[in-house]
Amino acid sequence: MCSFECFLSADVFNHPLLPLVNHCVSQLLMFSLISSFQMQFMLLFSRQGKLRLQKWYVPLSDKEKKKITRELVQTVLARKPKMCSFLEWRDLKIVYKRYASLYFCCAIEDQDNELITLEIIHRYVELLDKYFGSVCELDIIFNFEKAYFILDEFLLGGEAQETSKKNVLKAIEQADLLQEEWRTPPLTENYYT
Amino acid sequence: MALKIVKGSIDRMFDKNLQDLVRGIRNHKEDEAKYISTCIDEIKQELKQDNIAVKANAVCKLTYLQMLGYDVSWAAFNIVEVMSSSKFTYKRIGYLAASQCFHESTDVIMLTTNQIRKDLSSPNQYDTGVALTGLSCFVTPDLARDLANDIMTLMSHTKPYIRKKAVLIMYKVFLKYPESLRPAFPRLKEKLEDPDPGVQSAAVNVICELARRNPKNYLSLAPLFFKLMTSSTNNWVLIKIIKLFGALTPLEPRLGKKLIEPLTNLIHRKIHIFSSHKMLCSQSHLIVSLSRIAVLISLSSGMPNHSASIQVMKYLGLLAMSKILKTHPKSVQSHKDLILQCLDDKDESIRLRALDLLYGMVSKKNLMEIVKKLMLHVDKAEGTTYRDELLTKIIDICSQSNYQYITNFEWYISILVELTRLEGTRHGHLIASQMLDVAIRVRAIRVFAVAQMATLLDNAHLLTGNMQRMGICEVLYAAAWICGEFSEHLENPMQTLEAMLRPKVATLPGHIQAVYVQNAAKLFATVLKNQEGNTDSTAAQETSQLMIDRLPLFVQSANLEVQERASCILQLVKYIQKLQQKDVEVAEEVCALFAGELNPVAPKAQKKVPVPEGLDLDAWINEPPSESESEDEQPKAIFAKEEPKHSRPRHTEVDEKELARRREARKQEQANNPFYIKASPSSQKAYQEAPGVEHIPVVQIDLSVPLKVPGLPMSDQYVKLEEERRQKERADKKKKEKKKRKEKRSGRGRKHDSGPESEEDITPAHMVDIVTEEMPENALPSDDDDKDPNDPHKVYDIQGNLQDGSQVVVSVIFENKCDSFLKSMEFNVLDSLNSKLQRPEGSGPHDGLTVPFQLPPGVSNEARFVFTVQSIVMPQKLKGTLTFIVKDSSTHEKLDFKLHFTCTSYLITTPCYSDAFAKLLESGDLKCSSVRLEGVIMPFHHLLARICFHHHFSVVERIDSCASMYSRSIQGHHVCLLVKTSGQTVSIDAKCDEPTLLGNVLDEIKQTFSQC
Repeated sequence: MCSFECFLSADVFNHPLLPLVNHCVSQLLMFSLISSFQMQFMLLFSRQGKLRLQKWYVPLSDKEKKKITRELVQTVLARKPKMCSFLEWRDLKIVYKRYASLYFCCAIEDQDNELITLEIIHRYVELLDKYFGSVCELDIIFNFEKAYFILDEFLLGGEAQETSKKNVLKAIEQADLLQEEWRTPPLTENYYT
Repeated sequence: MALKIVKGSIDRMFDKNLQDLVRGIRNHKEDEAKYISTCIDEIKQELKQDNIAVKANAVCKLTYLQMLGYDVSWAAFNIVEVMSSSKFTYKRIGYLAASQCFHESTDVIMLTTNQIRKDLSSPNQYDTGVALTGLSCFVTPDLARDLANDIMTLMSHTKPYIRKKAVLIMYKVFLKYPESLRPAFPRLKEKLEDPDPGVQSAAVNVICELARRNPKNYLSLAPLFFKLMTSSTNNWVLIKIIKLFGALTPLEPRLGKKLIEPLTNLIHRKIHIFSSHKMLCSQSHLIVSLSRIAVLISLSSGMPNHSASIQVMKYLGLLAMSKILKTHPKSVQSHKDLILQCLDDKDESIRLRALDLLYGMVSKKNLMEIVKKLMLHVDKAEGTTYRDELLTKIIDICSQSNYQYITNFEWYISILVELTRLEGTRHGHLIASQMLDVAIRVRAIRVFAVAQMATLLDNAHLLTGNMQRMGICEVLYAAAWICGEFSEHLENPMQTLEAMLRPKVATLPGHIQAVYVQNAAKLFATVLKNQEGNTDSTAAQETSQLMIDRLPLFVQSANLEVQERASCILQLVKYIQKLQQKDVEVAEEVCALFAGELNPVAPKAQKKVPVPEGLDLDAWINEPPSESESEDEQPKAIFAKEEPKHSRPRHTEVDEKELARRREARKQEQANNPFYIKASPSSQKAYQEAPGVEHIPVVQIDLSVPLKVPGLPMSDQYVKLEEERRQKERADKKKKEKKKRKEKRSGRGRKHDSGPESEEDITPAHMVDIVTEEMPENALPSDDDDKDPNDPHKVYDIQGNLQDGSQVVVSVIFENKCDSFLKSMEFNVLDSLNSKLQRPEGSGPHDGLTVPFQLPPGVSNEARFVFTVQSIVMPQKLKGTLTFIVKDSSTHEKLDFKLHFTCTSYLITTPCYSDAFAKLLESGDLKCSSVRLEGVIMPFHHLLARICFHHHFSVVERIDSCASMYSRSIQGHHVCLLVKTSGQTVSIDAKCDEPTLLGNVLDEIKQTFSQC
């Protein structure tokens, strides 16, 4: 493997910006201290504003969580369907997308990539869809713990841990097999009774 | 035992499972809370049973309830019980519940350490997986410390499934327990080359996040990442690596060059990854992507069907532009129209982004246009948040870098006045402070500003008509103050005085009323002065009577400040009236009350006032009271508390008669006031016609005409005027050019180019001197530079303003002495080891600084430059060059100069008391030196004044022909002088803790006197 020095050409050694490096270091250090994790939290809620799933990757008090949820749900629901998927809220960026009657909503930091967050949301929806077989809101309501298990296999601590859908589903199925029949899987049950 | 199991399963048959709970909640929409409280009672019963299946079921239901917002923290211990079940089914539920409900302050977490450790080492990979997932949500510093080793071992687990999770969770562990980073890092680095792509990407993720926190330590990994970037096909990993390089390139500029090629390749392959971080990476490829973004935005705006994904692109494009704006403002500015177009977008996120961009794009030329456009949006905007955002942005844009882009302050004032018509804004305070700032600092504008403010005061009821608009009445604070302070500019002070004393004022917030009262007094002084000048004594007496009639209203105010000021002024006016009745001229004396000008004070000014020698602010002035004494004080405190109560009855003392009288007066007032609309909802829209037109029926006032305060020029007019002015200017210039061409007297052979108006040619509408904020006088030692007598163009006056021990602010006055217009001035100084010009980040050590203005012929202006100076003991001379373009000539002209930093300029006049001075001399830390001046023919006090003035000393003590003087350097050196004179000989004995500095200062003093 080539070393760091040899893959850089010699003419850039006299780069005029070199003296500024020290300055930049301190700037970046400061910058990086205030930054933290990629995804702060993920919320799923219905068009009526009912929370369907919440996953927090930052430690917050219950009171704070409730406040944030309430405010965000209101803000997102107020937006029209043909608006862009991003909004700036407090010092966070909110990335949301609506699938049928459900809103999937993630909060990321200012310097994080919005598109990859959209991709994460989409992939999670695909995973749910594969697992439940054309998923609908009721699947998530009645099997909310499954929805969490899938999310936990897909994201860990706010980072995507497995980018292959196949692997995630395999892990979930294996774990499900281990789970003994302690209640009948109600996947085909009529929820409306 | 068997019976117990049977009993348990029978119980379970009657228990609700999760589905039943969800269904139940859905069926009890009306009394959800009640239903849930019965459910919680059931759950509490279930949790008491021994059967773990029942418990798990209960915990599962609790997790659902927790999501609905119910408090389940009371069940924390039961959750731990379920977590520790040996069956995976229950363990899974337990960990899920824990990850949702536990947080750092949950105390039962302490009990879980051993359980988690057991699960981590379980032979079943899913047990381990579940434990790791749960841990990622509720890891505490204690858990991190105790489990770091176990997790580190798991990073080398045989199963990639576990390795992956272990690597990711390591980041959380590092955050909570940083000491674990050092031992774990080698293993983490190994994982970058793990055969499993999932583990690899997890390791990239973690290192990328770590590197964002402290990029320097990860520079050595750059080659490895470079290899990964060129070989990996996984987009997720690529994005992370690019993000990482975004953090590394500033540290290693060579990386940027190296990255251009692979990045461009990537961009061509996948346009969507370019959205955020790589923008920072390399300079040249920025331009490439900029054109792409512009295409993107224009494409997306051109599409008739605004679908969400196109909006997404637009948003990202604008975001990327704002990043490019920081480094390449020019290239973004060319897309101005596109960005302005985005302001019309329906989507608030996009509008806010566009607004952000506009801030960096304004110039003198386009400021009015952009603000005009923004004002249109303000009118259209729905939703107060966006409107408030617009308002702050307009003010931000206009006021940025000390009003740099404003060429016409009358226009700005009228913009501010227009902004006051916004309904429901919270930013009245902001507008008010801008009004005050402009009126105080721009002298030329005062006449205009005062006229505008007087109209505002006159129409105050329009601003306060509606309770929702209370935020905006802050503006009246500014209006009242400006009218009072600069009352000499008022056209009709009497009218304004009446406006300020209207009974309606009493509905304003207290602090505004207080300003009203105080400034009414100032106005009163002005009015008196005018009226006494007219030798019309009755008018003056009527004015006093008016004050006496109206002020009692304020004396009864609930606000103590208003009360105090009002009663004070009322008594004063009563006294004045008494004097007036005796035909005594009082105007002079009344005016003297408010004589002198209030100057703006820099926010840091107070900090710069040096603490006098010998004054210890922390020391007790009296002996601190002992414990027992403080108890004695208590009764006093109670007395003080009670005091306000004594003044209270004043309000209630008003008897029925008085009340009735006042009610009558108010009715009268209302009847006479055509603008009094009885709380009708449309009142906020009701705008009056010109003042003085009294008899317009109320019905007609409810017009849907644009909100317009009468008598105020609309800012649009200014835009037009400005256009005309510029056109005229252009024409004038052309004329002049023609003349010049005929005369051909210019020896420099300039080429005249009468092309389209360039941005720099715009001259301010009227030369405004922006008064700089006041600083304590001792912070401003002055220093003459080497003037170049042959310089045809300019003279520099350089003032060193010393700060912070190592920073020197030099203000340079540029004066254009030739008859051509100068533009694009660049100020550059050759840095020495000791003194360096501070340049903005991103520029090289030899780059010049752009002087933020142009110079029309015969005009001078001041610019400030900051220098960092390390040692101050020696005088310094810095060589510099000023490059500039003479208007119409394409050639750069150059002017060399020298900046002379004398040692004196590092001294700050610091007062010193004689005893402190004596102590200082006695301390023996100071080195001695002396100098003798011959043939000085001037009185001794002149001599002292000269030393004080030129060398920043202060006199400590003077006895006959002998004086001690003191000064201190910016780095805290003490300099003491003993000056003696006999005949024409002056001897100076000096002491200082830095002999070199002292020697140089004495040399400079000597030079000062040899010149005279």
